[in-house]
Amino acid sequence: MSIIPAPVSRFFHRMASPPIFYAFADKLIPWLSLIFIGLTGAGLYLGLFVAPADYQQGDSYRIIYIHVPAAWMSLFIYVLMAICGGIALIWRMKLAEVMMVSSAPIGAGFTFIALVTGSLWGKPMWGTWWVWDARLTSELILLFLYLGAISLYGAIEDRRTASRAVAILVIVGVVNIPIIHYSVQWWNTLHQGPTVAKAGKPSIHISMLIPLLLMATAFKLHYAIAVLQAAKVEILKREQNTQWVKKLIEGNS
Amino acid sequence: MSLIKAFVAIIRRDLILAVRRRAEIVNPLFFFIIVVTLFPLGIGAQAKLLQAMAPGVIWVSALLAAMLSLDSLFRSDFDDGSLEQMLLSPYPVAVLVLGKIVAHWLVTGLPLILIAPLLAVFLGLPDAAMGTLVKTLVLGTPVLSLIGAIGVALTVGLRRGGMILSLLVLPLYIPVLIFASNAVDMAAMGLPVSAQINILMAILFLALVLAPLPAAAALKMSVN
Repeated sequence: MSIIPAPVSRFFHRMASPPIFYAFADKLIPWLSLIFIGLTGAGLYLGLFVAPADYQQGDSYRIIYIHVPAAWMSLFIYVLMAICGGIALIWRMKLAEVMMVSSAPIGAGFTFIALVTGSLWGKPMWGTWWVWDARLTSELILLFLYLGAISLYGAIEDRRTASRAVAILVIVGVVNIPIIHYSVQWWNTLHQGPTVAKAGKPSIHISMLIPLLLMATAFKLHYAIAVLQAAKVEILKREQNTQWVKKLIEGNS
Repeated sequence: MSLIKAFVAIIRRDLILAVRRRAEIVNPLFFFIIVVTLFPLGIGAQAKLLQAMAPGVIWVSALLAAMLSLDSLFRSDFDDGSLEQMLLSPYPVAVLVLGKIVAHWLVTGLPLILIAPLLAVFLGLPDAAMGTLVKTLVLGTPVLSLIGAIGVALTVGLRRGGMILSLLVLPLYIPVLIFASNAVDMAAMGLPVSAQINILMAILFLALVLAPLPAAAALKMSVN
C-alpha cells in the first residue's frame, strides 16, 4: 500500500462505491464530450483538408484517420478488459467487473470499424476487399473473442458469476494481442508494417502524424464517454434493489 | 496419498469410466470420419482438388470432433457431484484437472490420430506428408483438449452451453489449425517443416503448463 500515494488510494476506494462512481461519471461525461468534439473537429479538419495527399495513394489514404485509431482502440480496450478482469478476480472489485463487461461491446464495435474501414481501404489499394493475411485474420479472431465474451456474459444469469467467467476468458484470450501487434513484423504480409510506433523516427510526415494522433486521442475519449455511459446503466441494473437507486429514480420522475 | 498418486488415480478412474461407456470413445471418431467423408461428396471427387485440400479438411474435422467431445470432460462429474468432491479435496485443483484432460485426450484424441492416416489416404495426401500429419496431430490434439478444458469449465454449469462453448473455444483453436495444416501443406510440397513443428511444440508446452490454471479457476466458479 505504501508505494501508492494516500490520495490516490483514497480516490480508488471511494470510486469502488457504486453511488459515488455513478455521480462522478455523471459529472465527467459532459466535459469529456466537449474535449472529444473539439479534438475530432480539429483532427478531421487537419486530416481531410490540411494534410497533403499521399504521393502513391492520393486522397484515399485519408481513411487512415479512422482505420488506425479504431485498430489501436480494439487492442487497447481488450488489454484494458484483461486488466479489469485481473482486478475483478483478485480483489473482487465490483467496479472492475462493471468496467470490463461494459467495455466488451464497445471494443467489438471498434474492431468491426477497423475491419470494415480496412476492407474499404484494401479495395482500391490492394484490389481486393479481403485477404487472409496474418494481420487481418488475427484482427478477425479478436472480434470473435469480443463476441465470445459478450455471449458468455449473456448466458450466465448471475451477474457476478458471469463477470468472473468473462474475466477468465478475457485473460486467456490476451495471448492473441501480441500476435496481432507483431503479425506484420513476424510474417511477410500484404498489410503494411508499422509506421508510427516503432523504434527511432516514425516514417510518416509530421503533417499527417499530427491529425492521426489527434484522432487517436479523440477515439480514446469517445471510448471513455461510451464506457462511462454503459457502466452507469450496468450499475443501475446491478443495484436496482438498493436505496440510492430508488431515490435516484424517484428524484428524476 | 501423494500428489502424483492422486493424479494417476484420476486418470485411472476416468479411463475405467470411459471403457464402461464405450460410446464416448467411438462417437467422436465416427463424427470425424463422417465429416471427412462429406468433403469429397460436397466438393466433387477431383483428385487434385482433394489432395490440395486434404491437410485442411483433416485438421478442421479433427478440430470439430475434438470440440464436440469436450462436453463429456466434466459433464457427468458435474451432474453426479463428484466434481464438487474433487474441488474440496486437499490436492491442487489444476493438477486434478490436468489428470482429467490427459485421460480425456487418451480417450478422444488418440483414436483420431490413429485413424487420420487412413482418411488421408482416401483424400490422396502424398505419402511424404503422412509423417508430418501424424506429428502435427500428436502435438496439436492435446492442445485442443487443454484449451477446450478452459471453455468447457466455464460453461459446464449452463444448461445450453454447447453453442457458447464453440464460440469461446474455436477462436483460441485457430493458431493450432494454422500452423498444423500449414506444416502438412509444406510437407506435401516437399519443403522443410521444422519451424511449424517447433512452434506447435512450444504451444503444447505453454498450454500444458498454463491451461489447467484458468480451467481450475473456471471450475470453481461454475460449481459455486
